[in-house]
Amino acid sequence: MTSPLEQKKIRITGPSVVTANRTWDGAVIYRTAQQGWSIDLSDAAIVRNSDDARALLAESVADDVGAIGAYIAPVEITDGGKIEPGNLREQIRSEGTTIGIPVPA
Amino acid sequence: MYAYDELDRTLVNERVSEFRDQVKRRLSGELTEDEFKILRLQNGVYLQLHAYMFRVAIPYGALSSKQLRALARVARRYDRGYGHFTTRQNIQFNWIKLAELPDALEDLAEVGIHAMQTSGNNMRNVTSDQWAGVAPGEIEDPRIWSEILRQHTTLHPEFSFLPRKFKIAITASEHDRAAIKIHDIGLKLIKNADGETGFEVLVGGGLGRTPFIAKTIKPFVHGRDLLSYVEAILRVYNQYGRRDNIYKARIKILVHELGIEKFAKEVEEEWQLLRDSALTLDPAVVEDIRSRFSYPAYEKLPHMPDELKRAAHDPLFERWRRNSAFPHKVQGYSIVTISLKPVGAPPGDATADQMDALADLADRYSFGEIRVGHEQNLALPHVAKRDLPALWKALDRIGLATPNVNLVSDIIACPGLDYCSLANARSIPIAQELTRRFANHDTANLIGRLHINISGCINACGHHHVGHIGILGVEKNGEEFYQITIGGRADENAQMGTLIGPAVPYAEVADVIEDIVEAYLALRDSEGELFVDTVKRLGVEPFKERVYATR
Repeated sequence: MTSPLEQKKIRITGPSVVTANRTWDGAVIYRTAQQGWSIDLSDAAIVRNSDDARALLAESVADDVGAIGAYIAPVEITDGGKIEPGNLREQIRSEGTTIGIPVPA
Repeated sequence: MYAYDELDRTLVNERVSEFRDQVKRRLSGELTEDEFKILRLQNGVYLQLHAYMFRVAIPYGALSSKQLRALARVARRYDRGYGHFTTRQNIQFNWIKLAELPDALEDLAEVGIHAMQTSGNNMRNVTSDQWAGVAPGEIEDPRIWSEILRQHTTLHPEFSFLPRKFKIAITASEHDRAAIKIHDIGLKLIKNADGETGFEVLVGGGLGRTPFIAKTIKPFVHGRDLLSYVEAILRVYNQYGRRDNIYKARIKILVHELGIEKFAKEVEEEWQLLRDSALTLDPAVVEDIRSRFSYPAYEKLPHMPDELKRAAHDPLFERWRRNSAFPHKVQGYSIVTISLKPVGAPPGDATADQMDALADLADRYSFGEIRVGHEQNLALPHVAKRDLPALWKALDRIGLATPNVNLVSDIIACPGLDYCSLANARSIPIAQELTRRFANHDTANLIGRLHINISGCINACGHHHVGHIGILGVEKNGEEFYQITIGGRADENAQMGTLIGPAVPYAEVADVIEDIVEAYLALRDSEGELFVDTVKRLGVEPFKERVYATR
C-alpha cells in the first residue's frame, strides 16, 4: 500500500477519493465531504485536483482513532453521476471478493 | 499430541490479557496505529483489503480434535464461517474484527493455541512434516525437536526484533514434505555413524523476490547442540543482517552476499562461544518433552482387513483410497490426506461445519488427531485400514473426499488480490478455473503428479517458484498478467522453476496451462515420467514453443 507520505508527491489525474479501513472492524470506508466516514462509496467526497486531494488526505490521516491507512484512490464517475472504483483492487475493496466465499453471508 | 504444561498455559493466557489491554488502548486512541501496528503483528493480526486478517499458528501442523473445534468456533463466532489453511501450517481468518480479537484469542487459549509470532520480524511458526511420527522409515519423530525450538524461540527477546521474519522447517524423512530447502533454516534429522541423533543444517533458503535454495552449512550437528547452533546462526544474522532495506533483510541475502563458506565460518566462531553453555540440551529435558507427546495405542491389525477387500469392489472408493491413503509405519493403519481442493473451490479453505465434522471423524477414526500440510491439505494420521471405507463415505458427505492429492488440481494458491493488500493479481479464480479444466479424474490420473503453485505477487506466499508449474500474478498498466515458470520443485531435490516467456493475460492462463500439460503428455518418454522430470530432460524450449507459437 502506498503510504500517505508518498502519495503527497502524486498528482492525481482524474476524480479520486480517500479510502481507509475502519479501526474497530477493518471495514473499507470512504472519507465524506462532511469530514466523516462512510462504508458506501457513493457517499465519498470527490476530489479533482492534487491540492484538494492532499487536503482531504491530511484531514483523513488526522483521524487516527477512527481509520487506518488512509490513501487516495482513483474512481470513475459515470454519465449518470455514479461513483465507481477506478481499478480492480478498489473494485474488490468496494464490492467484495470476485469469488464466491465458502459460506455465503 | 503434545500436552502443554502450566508454564505454557500461563504464557498463552497472559498474552491474551496483554493483547486485550493493547486493543482497548488502541480503540480508545491511547495508542496510535503506528504504536499499535507492531503489537498487533506480534499477535498475528494483519490489515488486508476488506478487514483484519488473523493468523493462528498450528505448530508443526499438529491439531487435536478439540483444537480444530475451537478453530471452527472462531470461524463461526467471529468470522464468516470458514478459515484458510496456509503454506506454513497456519490458519487464517479473513474477516475478523479488531474489537473481537481478544475474545477469539481467549477462546483459542482455552485449547492451547495462539497467534504469537505468526507475523512480524521474529521466529515464525516452526513447521514440520505433516506425517511426523507416522511416516514409514522416519529417522525419529521431528515434532520433539520442533517443540524444543518452539519453546526456546517463543517470545525470546533476542529473536523478537530480527532484521526480518525467520522461518525454520524440520523433516526426518528422506522424502521432504516440509520444504526445508526454501526456509531460512532447514533441519534434516539424521543419525551419525554412532547412531546418535543430529541434524544436517541448511541455511539461506527462501522465495519472494530473490529466491534461493538453502545450502548446507553443517552436515551434522548433534541433537544436544541444536539450540546453541541455531542460536549461533541467529546471532550472526542479527549482527550482520541488513536493516536498511526490507528487500535485502532476509538471511538468504546475507548468506548469498557473504558466501556460504564465510557465513559458516562466522557461525562456527559464534557457536564455539555457545556450544558448551546452558543452551546444551540435557537429555533429561529432551526426554521430558518427548514424554509430553502422547502416541496412540495402536491395535495389532491385519495388513489387508476384510472391510478393505470388500470395499475394493467399489471403483469410487478404490480411486479415493489409491489417491489419498498412504502407508503408515504401523501395519494395518494408513495416513489419510484430506484434499482441501474440491473442484471450483478456493484452495486451502474449510468451513466451520467441515472443521467440526472432521474433528468428529478424527475422534472416531484417528485417535483425535489432525495434521496440516504445507500443501494446504489436512491429514488424519492414524486411520485403521478397516475404517477407510466408512471414513471415505463420511468425508464424501462433507465434501472432503476429492481424490486429487498430488494431482494437477491439488493447487497451492495464496489468497491473492481477492483478500491481500500486497497482491498485484488474483490467485484464487485462476486456481478455481484450473480445477474445473482438470476436473476429470481419469485425465488427472493420466497426467500424474503435477504441482501447480500460484502467487498473486512476488512475495510468493503461493510458492510459485517451486511449483512444477508456477504462476505469478503481476500488474501491467492496471491489468492482471501472469508469468509462468516450469520445472520447480519443493522437495529434497528442490529447485526454482524457469520462466518460459512473456507474461500472459488473466483470460489466457488456463489455456496456457492446458497447452503445457498437453505438451508434456506428448513429450514424456513413458507414463512413469513425471512432468517435472520431462522438463528436466528436455528443458523449457518445447513447452515455450507450444505456448507461444500461436500467441
